[in-house]
Amino acid sequence: MHISLTAEQLGSIFGLPITNSLVLSLVTALLLVGGGFLVARKLKLVPGKVQSSLELIIDGLLDFMSQILGDRKDAAKFFPLVATIFLFILVNNWVGVLPGIGSIGFVEEDHGHEVFVPLFRAANADLNTTLALALIAVFAIQMYAVQRLGFFAQVGKYINFTHGPIHFFVGLLELVGEFARVLSFSFRLFGNVFAGEVLLVIMMGLLPLAASFAALPFFLLEYFVGFIQALVFAMLTLVFLKVATAEVEY
Amino acid sequence: MEAEAIKSLAPAIAIGLGSFGPALGIGLMAAKAMEAIGRNPEAAPKIQTAMILAIAFAEAIAIYALVVALIIKFV
Repeated sequence: MHISLTAEQLGSIFGLPITNSLVLSLVTALLLVGGGFLVARKLKLVPGKVQSSLELIIDGLLDFMSQILGDRKDAAKFFPLVATIFLFILVNNWVGVLPGIGSIGFVEEDHGHEVFVPLFRAANADLNTTLALALIAVFAIQMYAVQRLGFFAQVGKYINFTHGPIHFFVGLLELVGEFARVLSFSFRLFGNVFAGEVLLVIMMGLLPLAASFAALPFFLLEYFVGFIQALVFAMLTLVFLKVATAEVEY
Repeated sequence: MEAEAIKSLAPAIAIGLGSFGPALGIGLMAAKAMEAIGRNPEAAPKIQTAMILAIAFAEAIAIYALVVALIIKFV
């Protein structure tokens, strides 16, 4: 049974390594960008079937966000970031559960023994992807806060000397908390998706071929977990955006 | 005990003990949320959203334990 914590490198382009999870995240990006582009080419005032179903999704997301934020203008402002995070993680997770992921691959020599290298791996089962998403989310939160409150007000949340010693230490703790947030975001998503992959590999390894339909509930569980993790990542980003752009009072 | 034996046992202990706290926390949170929804069914969407958020935080701790277990086993 082959389980590897790190994504295996398949090759490199101009010195940049191409891992098997990068392949799948490119597939996701193609699906999302290509699909959106195809639909947006011919937008009609009275929409056809494809356009109205996509409008349903986008409107549903916007409604959900304005319910959490309480303000529709703010929801429209944060929508690109939060909806992109949600859709990217969602399609990544759902594509990563399809049959063939983790099982189609080739055998390669490594330090004397043979190692199985799968061609595809769920994009979020690679800590690099989730770390990148977490860094993007946290940096974007800081940028939106600076845009809303001003640079010195935002820095003053973390390093302030004017409100007494307690607020000084609280500010330092908040700064540490920001870094902890990056770790928390990335490990939550990585842990859930990687654990799901390991679970599926073990399930399919335990069952005989004739009884492999018994693993179906676990596949459905992985679809559900993929949806929930995308939702949680996006919702947490949204909530932290709301907190970061709120006027701070002592 | 040799190192190999401990290396096999350690991940099991890590994830076993590490998921105890989060599981308890999630159960308590869900119980309180259900109580709140039972008291005020109209506020159910708001309560549900806040509950999912809070459960995600608690589950993250279990995931940290899982990642430590995976690191011990595979690295």
